[in-house]
Amino acid sequence: MAETVFCRPEALAKVHTHYCPGCTHGVIHRIVAEVVDELGVRERTIGIAPVGCSVLAYDYFTTDFQEASHGRAPAVATGIKRARPDLVVFSYQGDGDLASIGMGEIIHCANRGEKITVIFVNNAIYGMTGGQMAPTTLQGQVATTCPMGRDVALAGYPIRISELLSTLRTPAFIARASVHTPLMAVNAKAMIRRAFEYQIANACFSLVEVLSTCPTNWGIPPVEAAAWLEANMIPYYPLGIFKVPEKEDRAAKPMGA
Amino acid sequence: MAKKLMKGSEAIGEAAVQAGCKLFFGYPITPQNEIPEYMSHRLPQVGGTFVQAESEVAASNMIYGAAGSGERVFTSSSSPGISLMQEAISYIAGAELPVVLVNIMRAGPGLGGILPSQADYFQATKGGGHGDYRLLVLAPWSVQEAADLVQDAFDLADYYRNPVMVLGDGLIGQMMEPCEFKEGRVPCKPLPPKTWAATGCKGDRPTNIINSLYLDAKELEDHNQKLVAKYEAMKKDEVRFAEFNTGEKADLLIVAYGTVARVCVTAIEDLKAEGIAVSMVRPITLFPYPYEKVKEEAQKAKAVLVVELSTGQMIEDVRLAVEGRRPVHFYGRQGGMLISPEEIVAKAKSILAEAPAPPLKRETKREARNG
Repeated sequence: MAETVFCRPEALAKVHTHYCPGCTHGVIHRIVAEVVDELGVRERTIGIAPVGCSVLAYDYFTTDFQEASHGRAPAVATGIKRARPDLVVFSYQGDGDLASIGMGEIIHCANRGEKITVIFVNNAIYGMTGGQMAPTTLQGQVATTCPMGRDVALAGYPIRISELLSTLRTPAFIARASVHTPLMAVNAKAMIRRAFEYQIANACFSLVEVLSTCPTNWGIPPVEAAAWLEANMIPYYPLGIFKVPEKEDRAAKPMGA
Repeated sequence: MAKKLMKGSEAIGEAAVQAGCKLFFGYPITPQNEIPEYMSHRLPQVGGTFVQAESEVAASNMIYGAAGSGERVFTSSSSPGISLMQEAISYIAGAELPVVLVNIMRAGPGLGGILPSQADYFQATKGGGHGDYRLLVLAPWSVQEAADLVQDAFDLADYYRNPVMVLGDGLIGQMMEPCEFKEGRVPCKPLPPKTWAATGCKGDRPTNIINSLYLDAKELEDHNQKLVAKYEAMKKDEVRFAEFNTGEKADLLIVAYGTVARVCVTAIEDLKAEGIAVSMVRPITLFPYPYEKVKEEAQKAKAVLVVELSTGQMIEDVRLAVEGRRPVHFYGRQGGMLISPEEIVAKAKSILAEAPAPPLKRETKREARNG
């Protein structure tokens, strides 16, 4: 008797996506869907779609969804989770959305310790609007609004979100992964699963930054894009777990303690 | 519940609790800080949740999220804070979510001041954010009415799946008056089940998606037309106003809303003692606006006077209602300066001193020339 060893996750919709060839959004979508299925929470999961390439994420998952305005997904997620703590809430945001226009929302959401999960897709560029400089665009990287390459004297250095959020005292799970090889994707899935598990256990805020390719706006073919990510992004955006809720921070004791 | 002396801001907060709202997301701004302060200690008593957001931008997106899950939710702010919320308000209107917003108006523009004003009329009634949408706007003139309208606002928001704004000036928030919450209040509208809410897609139910994105032009036009139909239903069913001293005839009609109308009542009584008959229409809903009532009463008077704590905003709706049939005058103060009954009496007398006889059909220049 034939045994099914690989199939579409129930949480992933049976549709074609609009993503470009070589873009890793599809891989990340699938990982999130697999985790939602494995944890058995599809029927109580609410996704928050961002503004950016993944604006139509609600078409690709079979969970309830709410569309956020640009950068506000962590605030929207806060509203849902506080209204219905029994739901599993995740936001899916790109680097322009989360690290630029939504910087205030993500920092305060993490600092409040909202019991949500953020999937932060970092491809070092604005995708949907056509390849403009992102807060995560690498030094010297060419984009349509920095045609000579990112000049750190004018634009500052690319922001490392995982490191930044890890400085907060509030317990959290913060990790950075990549999906540009199958092995990396397996590791990314483990991180994302752990992030959801922390939420389901009502333990802490969780965010997994996933490095992603953008062959279209980087202007290179998909295979080269994966190599470019490995050669250029990983040295600046190291992979690993940056913060776990179990670890004691070196911080002042609360007042009265 | 017996009558209790309450500050307007506290009455607004308690009204929300009485309406079954257990969620408040807000950001401090004067002169309405007593509302979030009240909610921060009151909501935990009823098993609710208070969140002090990092900004009005975040607070308004939190209520967008909470409303998407189908729970009753509200926020309050004052003018500059409401400006920051316009993004979310547009999304809330576009996604057809029921939320209640309270704006305790202060003087602007810009940082302006912290004293009472009515200068956000345009923003509230004409759509302060982007796109074609309307808020249902309720304007209380007393603490009791603020409490009543906040409760109604939740029912109206749920019924229409539309944001409802309670628009008060700084006086409404700050003054203390007797206020009563009656037992066994009946909702002012039927409350349909929220089958659209994103609460988790159980069993075979199709996914619920809270969204205002329509990339197909025809679909978006259809969505716009659906919203228009809703606003038309509000115009038909939800117009509210109060009238004062209206009858067969008047020398002057005053149109004023909110606390300004209370000052006008004093002025009208003073004028009556001098033999001058002045009537008043006080719109309670600013959208939908009581155009028909204003038109009807204007035609019984020689002239119309609009009194506002602004440089003249509602007057544009009064002119639309009057359709040029009567002269429409304006008296307003700004910056947090208040209006005294004496100022209104003086303005009314000066208008009547110059008021022409009720208009008869007169020859136009063209008719005269052709004749």
